[in-house]
Amino acid sequence: MSPDKQDLDAFRREVRAWFEKNRPADPGFLLPQSFMEVGTDEQFYFLRDWQRKVYDAGYLGMAWPKEYGGGGKSQTLQDIATREMVRQKVPFMTNTIGLNWAGPLILNMGSEDQKNAYIKGILNAEDIWCQGFSEPDNGSDLGNAQLRAEPDGKEFVLNGSKIWTSLGKHAKYMILLARTNLAATNKYEGLSFFLIPMKIAGIDVVPIRKLTGEFGFNQTFFADARISESCLIGQEGGGWQVAMATLAFERGAVGGQAGGHSMMSKEVSEVVRLARAAQRNGHPAIEDPVIRDRLVQLIMEERSLALNSARARIKPLVAERPGSIDMSSKLAGSEYQRRLNQFALSLQGANAAYYVGDKNAYERGQWQRSYFNSFSATIGGGTSEIQHNIIGERVLGLPKS
Amino acid sequence: MWDADQRPVIKFSDEQEQLLGVATNFARDKFPLDRARKRIAASEDLDRSVWEEMVSLGWLGIAIPEEFGGSGLGLAEVVTVVEPLGRHLAGTPLVSTTLVAQAILVAGTPAQKGVWLPKICQGAIAALALVEPHGDWNLKHLTVQARPEGDRLVLSGIKTFVTDALSAELVLVSVALANAQALVLLDKAALGAAVIEREVVIDETRRSYRIKFDGVSVATTNLLQPSLSAAALKQIDEAACLLLSAEMCGGASGVIDTVVDYLKTRKQFGRLIGSYQALKHPVVDALLMLDAARSHLYYAAGIFGDPIEGELAVRMAKALAGDALTFASDRAIQFHGGFGFTYDCDAQLYRRRAIWCEAQHGDAAHQRRKLADMMLDLQT
Ligand SMILES: Cc1cc2nc3c(=O)[nH]c(=O)nc-3n(C[C@H](O)[C@H](O)[C@H](O)COP(=O)(O)OP(=O)(O)OC[C@H]3O[C@@H](n4cnc5c(N)ncnc54)[C@H](O)[C@@H]3O)c2cc1C
Repeated sequence: MSPDKQDLDAFRREVRAWFEKNRPADPGFLLPQSFMEVGTDEQFYFLRDWQRKVYDAGYLGMAWPKEYGGGGKSQTLQDIATREMVRQKVPFMTNTIGLNWAGPLILNMGSEDQKNAYIKGILNAEDIWCQGFSEPDNGSDLGNAQLRAEPDGKEFVLNGSKIWTSLGKHAKYMILLARTNLAATNKYEGLSFFLIPMKIAGIDVVPIRKLTGEFGFNQTFFADARISESCLIGQEGGGWQVAMATLAFERGAVGGQAGGHSMMSKEVSEVVRLARAAQRNGHPAIEDPVIRDRLVQLIMEERSLALNSARARIKPLVAERPGSIDMSSKLAGSEYQRRLNQFALSLQGANAAYYVGDKNAYERGQWQRSYFNSFSATIGGGTSEIQHNIIGERVLGLPKS
Repeated sequence: MWDADQRPVIKFSDEQEQLLGVATNFARDKFPLDRARKRIAASEDLDRSVWEEMVSLGWLGIAIPEEFGGSGLGLAEVVTVVEPLGRHLAGTPLVSTTLVAQAILVAGTPAQKGVWLPKICQGAIAALALVEPHGDWNLKHLTVQARPEGDRLVLSGIKTFVTDALSAELVLVSVALANAQALVLLDKAALGAAVIEREVVIDETRRSYRIKFDGVSVATTNLLQPSLSAAALKQIDEAACLLLSAEMCGGASGVIDTVVDYLKTRKQFGRLIGSYQALKHPVVDALLMLDAARSHLYYAAGIFGDPIEGELAVRMAKALAGDALTFASDRAIQFHGGFGFTYDCDAQLYRRRAIWCEAQHGDAAHQRRKLADMMLDLQT
């Protein structure tokens, strides 16, 4: 039974009050803006404790089944709680890969044992998950993944490497796409999908320094690492279908996620504020006609994202090209963030050249840093170019490239 | 405007849903593109039989109250009719007639409303004479004069881009009267003394006229209420932005289909050209621009008339729909290659439509300029 409006309003007030009261104080160090940027232990433990607190309060996994650790309530309630986290700009839920793609995948097609083993730890952040899809030589061409999982009795033996592994250093488990059959007739059929433990012999995680100068993601090396065949999810040889289902969760094209937000987005109102503070020819930059025109474009673009989601909820207004808005939201949102950040830099005039660490850097250099970090979303999860291909082919029916 | 979670809400009524369905089918049946080409070549200004059908569907009275013979809905419902018509490049007097009716609703005297609104519901065509040879989008920049002479007003000066003037039973003219703006209704008889000259315009589905008013005079009772003429001009401007956005969103959707069809059938180097990303990706960008513009359009439709937010929303919709149709139709010409350079290729029809619509009531840059002044000077 779905809750009535009065219940919803009461719930909204309750969540609002809880987050206002319990939002963590500024830790005194720069927090990452997404799960892809968790670099230091102090950042990680801070975020993990915060996620646990939100879960314990009952505001995460609200719609997941009770028997595995979820709240057994309606999705509407979770959506309200998630929306409130975004609105109050509290820190994001760091176990993103578990909450938003591994979790729904396991609930959807995992065995009873897998559900019992994994779901609760995902929600309370006890068990951090990472994703082993990309390889040094195979990124956009995910179907060509070559990491070897060789069947050996009731085990598989892993050899090769995965790269750009976000949260890899802190992860207890990984969702892994690996090649189990070298003789398969096409590249997709040789793949299988596993839920594997990270802390076993033969797996080595090496941090990679990212463009901001900080650490974030990792390379994961596999040398004769042995896993049980019970790690398989889906059929042996059916890994590609499972990977596609996972990506649908990842890009938000399908529902079932635990809820909570996974990144902190910048808003155009912050850039308007910056434009009032910055100077051009002895006047506030916001008086410059060219800058005003750019600001208006960004304001409209930010509204477009919100209005697109509003329109996506009205069936007759998406009947012409169904799925168009859902499939393009990652592309539109991430490219918007990149441009917004870029503009925020240029507004700073000569001071755009400062970086994090200089005492004169505007707002501790956060814009320089967030501009660089905005590429995480235009590259990760399928690059903007790949998104263009997907939308062109699936929404417009254009021939494959 | 916003829900309890502070997300924007698009209001969409059952009537809008019904009308959108009916109009989509109607436009597809009655306005295939070869029909647009026949219209271009036709000698008479308008296809009477299709117009009569639109009238009998009640579309002229959608936003007119029931007491005057309309259906008492709003411009949001008109949008759902105009968008599909725009998709098929229909060039009908529906938009201009609706705008004149809006002005009469805002500033007409009871007598004017009583006479003209029922006639419009029954299919009387009305035309707008706002633009002048200087080409300024500021509707208050008026050189056409009305000079009182007893109980009459004597007009002088020239208006341009008066669409369907020859078929119109009513023309609404903006004039300077004693240094203020005013709006005057001219019926066919009053127009008798005017010199009406056909213009050669870029959108060939339109019939547009230049009117020289020297020597025209009308009774002062033809004046819309002077104290409300500024409000009426504002209503015309905002309603025009809204309906032009609808027309342009429809057009962008139509031209995207046109170019996608070609990209799926034309081969070069042994491959369908749609497989080349240099073509595929810009078409996807056009789709994203359309999606955004269309979301703004229906948001603006739902809150039309709201004091500040309503104006912001229609200007945003106009700016984005203009950019979407401009980009999509420009690329559509290029992506048809040599065929795109021909008169036969439909891409040019959409490009011409885009330029026409951008030239009316302010292009995207003009809208953004207005938006900047509305939004960036509030110290919040
Ligand atoms: C911050 C961050 C975090 C990440 N986290 C993870 C993670 O946790 N787990 C994981 O598995 N992966 C992760 N990734 C990897 C990410 O999914 C890949 O980087 C991405 O899919 C691109 O693959 P690639 O790096 O090999 O680039 P390539 O595929 O080599 O692409 C190079 C360039 O070529 C373009 N290109 C490639 N193919 C085409 C094509 N067919 N058409 C047009 N252009 C094309 C790309 O758009 C790109 O611009 C992360 C990436 C980033 C940046």
